[in-house]
Amino acid sequence: MVELPPFVLFYLAALAAAVLPRRARQVVMLAVPLVGGLALMNLAPDLLLRVAFMDLYLEPLRVDKLSMLFGILFHIGAFIGIVFSLHVDDRSQHVAALLYAGSAIGAVFAGDLLTLFLFWEMLALTSAFLIFANRTDRAWGAGMRYLVIQVLSGVLLLAGALMLYRHSGSLAFNHIGLNGAGSFLIFIAFGIKCAFPLLHNWLTDAYPEATPTGTVFLSAFTTKVAVYALARGFAGTEALVYIGATMTCFPIFYAVIENDLRRVLAYSMINQIGFMVVGIGLGTALAMNGAIAHAFNDVIFKGLLMMSMGAVLHMTGRINGSDLGGLYKSMPVTAGLCIVGAASISAFPLFSGFVSKSMVMVAVLEEGHPGVWLALLFASAGVFHHAGIKIPFFAFFSHDSGIRTTEPPLNMLAAMGLAAVLCIFIGCYPWALYELLPFSTGYAPFDGSHILAQIQLLVFSAAAFAWLKVSGIYPPELHSTNIDVEWLYRRLAPRWVRHCTQRLTAVSETLGETTQNASRVVMRSVVRHYGPEGTLARSWPTGSMVLWVAVLLAASLILYYL
Amino acid sequence: MISAQLPALQVVVPLLAAPLCLVLHRPFAAWLLTFVVSGISLLVSVALLGQILEQGVIDYTFGGWAAPFGIAYHIDFANAYVLLIVTAISTVVSIFAKRSVASEIEAHSQGLFYTAWLLCLTGLLGITITGDAFNLFVFLEISSLSSYVLIAMGNDRKALTAAYQYLIMGTIGATFILIGIGLLYMLTGTLNMLDMAQRLVAVADSRTARTGFAFLTVGLGLKIALFPLHLWLPNAYAYAPSAVSAFLAATATKVAVYVLLRFMFSVFGIDFALGAMPLSTMLVVLGSVAVLSASTVAIFQHNLKRMLAYSSIAQIGYLVLGVSLATPAGLTATLLHLFNHALMKGALFLALGCIAWRLGSVRLGDLGGLGYRMPWTMGVFVIGGLSLIGLPLTAGFISKWYLVLAAVERGWWPVVLIIIAGSLLAVIYVWRVIETAYLGKTKEAVSGTEAPLSMLVPAWLLAIANLYFGMHTELSAGIASQAAMVLFGGQP
Repeated sequence: MVELPPFVLFYLAALAAAVLPRRARQVVMLAVPLVGGLALMNLAPDLLLRVAFMDLYLEPLRVDKLSMLFGILFHIGAFIGIVFSLHVDDRSQHVAALLYAGSAIGAVFAGDLLTLFLFWEMLALTSAFLIFANRTDRAWGAGMRYLVIQVLSGVLLLAGALMLYRHSGSLAFNHIGLNGAGSFLIFIAFGIKCAFPLLHNWLTDAYPEATPTGTVFLSAFTTKVAVYALARGFAGTEALVYIGATMTCFPIFYAVIENDLRRVLAYSMINQIGFMVVGIGLGTALAMNGAIAHAFNDVIFKGLLMMSMGAVLHMTGRINGSDLGGLYKSMPVTAGLCIVGAASISAFPLFSGFVSKSMVMVAVLEEGHPGVWLALLFASAGVFHHAGIKIPFFAFFSHDSGIRTTEPPLNMLAAMGLAAVLCIFIGCYPWALYELLPFSTGYAPFDGSHILAQIQLLVFSAAAFAWLKVSGIYPPELHSTNIDVEWLYRRLAPRWVRHCTQRLTAVSETLGETTQNASRVVMRSVVRHYGPEGTLARSWPTGSMVLWVAVLLAASLILYYL
Repeated sequence: MISAQLPALQVVVPLLAAPLCLVLHRPFAAWLLTFVVSGISLLVSVALLGQILEQGVIDYTFGGWAAPFGIAYHIDFANAYVLLIVTAISTVVSIFAKRSVASEIEAHSQGLFYTAWLLCLTGLLGITITGDAFNLFVFLEISSLSSYVLIAMGNDRKALTAAYQYLIMGTIGATFILIGIGLLYMLTGTLNMLDMAQRLVAVADSRTARTGFAFLTVGLGLKIALFPLHLWLPNAYAYAPSAVSAFLAATATKVAVYVLLRFMFSVFGIDFALGAMPLSTMLVVLGSVAVLSASTVAIFQHNLKRMLAYSSIAQIGYLVLGVSLATPAGLTATLLHLFNHALMKGALFLALGCIAWRLGSVRLGDLGGLGYRMPWTMGVFVIGGLSLIGLPLTAGFISKWYLVLAAVERGWWPVVLIIIAGSLLAVIYVWRVIETAYLGKTKEAVSGTEAPLSMLVPAWLLAIANLYFGMHTELSAGIASQAAMVLFGGQP
């Protein structure tokens, strides 16, 4: 009984949710992560469940510290998400969310690549329904694009796994490392789900189109499964350090110029994953711990921010920064909770982001990557600006938009409160989290230098923001490096980006037209040959059929005689 | 003892039941007889398989005339496996046939219909079980003639044309096979296939043998609807009565593939068929074209039965690709797909049969919103469709997996790509149906919802079988690999 893989419970609950009436469904949904979490605690460490499948052995349940941590995390994430979406009366969303959470849990406990692939594809499929559930044309389009990219990632994973299997004769999912075509395919597959630069568009495209509650689930699972997979398969791959550093920096520019606050959060998500990817790329005990701990915290504080924005969207129907403002008057509690999330993501001391992000930063310095360290520092300032200040400021303060509403439903508040409590608890008592980490490093988070450096960073960023906001213009003299950067990304970069985009748009339009014309020609010829009345599809006269027989007979006679 | 006479019973029971069915004539009685006889045949084939598992091979001689002179039945893993497929499908589909046939065929012809059904079953079983080349031809004719009748009974007027074309093409195919067998007889002086194989070794390098081989492969290519000899098949399957489409799609081409394998491996031998002759190259080219072109055609079809017919042609492409690999793994994949394809096409055609029973049409445009009006029927279609695509945990995945592994083993990467491309094309044509049924607009309020239980139960049996054999492969893959070993001349 105890040895049942944890995802089974979620799949069964999804089945039940598909038929049960609303009340009973709510009870089942609330119970699943709790019961599942308890069962998880009872799993023996280093348990390995093997199932014979055809002539292979699959391992649907492999328990070690790494998978266990993500298992616990996903149960917490699922519980928060479920509480947050309890008021929604949409059966399909609930079923999809349960299946989605179950698939994420299945993926982290998968001991072999084939099982991983199955859950990888289930993640893609089920999460797409959370986007479709918005039932708008935009959501439909974004969901379809999302699905195509996610399925592509799965196909790459399968292809890579097959090549590895052929090479080594084993499907076990352990350290893979970058060597050979198979491992490279898997790397790209993980990279797509992890939103590597240039492969990240699905995330910022689709997440803001999901339902207010769906985004909370989406932000918790897909990318974190990818982080887990990278940590398992590609720890210590140096390329990841630079990929990660790029991921922390480039979204900042987009996040700053973006108006849709949920899309801002989507960009900031890529940025946070960048920190984890850097940590995994370093591969030392401290760096891995930092990456994994940061994944843990990110689910909770990013979830909290997504929930607060979801609550705003739910109550006001608007999400653009320019349409909102002054909401603290009518939603004070939500505003307060949002600020807790913002403080956590900005890594204020005593909030959860601080205790994990600083581990990665320290590890980067220890391993001798000062350039990367500076990039991460810049990224930290950027996070504070766009997620820490921009989100709460534009939504709840800023100019009064005149919107008068009320606090969101109780379940939404409860979910946000729970996440906020976790943020503060981990921030104040990080040892609870460190216990769960795969390595023991004896890292002390509240070291004077860490706190001082972080506070300097935050204070100067805040000061810069406040000052720029008050003066309303950008003065020539700048006081700190942060402001330099600020100027770079608030004025120069957008202008430059805009210029480039215009050029690119022209090119891509021409390119698009050409492709469109070409594909139209190809399609027309396909229809001519394969369409209902096409050469290959119409009913042929008997004579022609016989002719083909004669042709084939002649061909085979000639070939056989040769 | 009765257990010793099982090989004869396998053929004789349906053969004798056919005239009895004609005499009974009343629809219900005829149906009941067909169902019972199919069931008995299924039991016999299961018992035969049990005997094979125990003792390996069964040789049965008629009337005590010993092998090269009398007619002998030679049963090993390969044909016991095909017998099981044919009888199981016949039994399941005959349950379905009762209501379906009642709605599509006039009462006074139903007796004749079931008579033809039993004759067709007799023919298919005879072809599979016999060890005598001429006997094989006779049974081939029995099954062919009765299947022309079955197709012609479709309630669309085009069914007559389709049956006529099938008659012409089938006859040409059968004639070619007869010419091939005749040439071999001329060369070896024997009709017993085992005997023929031994004597052929000495004279294999003669023009007669090569010509015989050419006639046999082309004739059988016609029967299995190998591209470009498939032109008779779409209309034949599309306009036949629903139950017949399901029955023939799941059995007739399978038996023809079996015969091709039997002649290639057991009579001519691998060295001749796939070594000396360039058959492997021909099969890989035609198989690849079949997979890609027939799948693409299927995407554009409006008539879903025609769509499935083209999908069948594509599936035959997979079967042929497996053979062309000329390895035990490839042959295992082919035999496995033989079984799994019978399950998925059976399930899909039965689902369409339910739809036809309710709507009187299987055009895509009429299916809008059907997923909510006929949830159980569409459930079968979805499972069968997923299996056709080859989604993991369905039977279709297993056969594709074996096929891909076999191709990878030979290092034929282009073939792997073609198999994957075929699956992607299948996603499109299956998705079209699912999209219309679940997301499309309902055309007008139609009264009534689900098909009757007697049609849903067999359809669900096959759907569940698709899932079961997607997870438990001991039976399907186990026997398939042993059958492949037997055909390759090894001991199981």
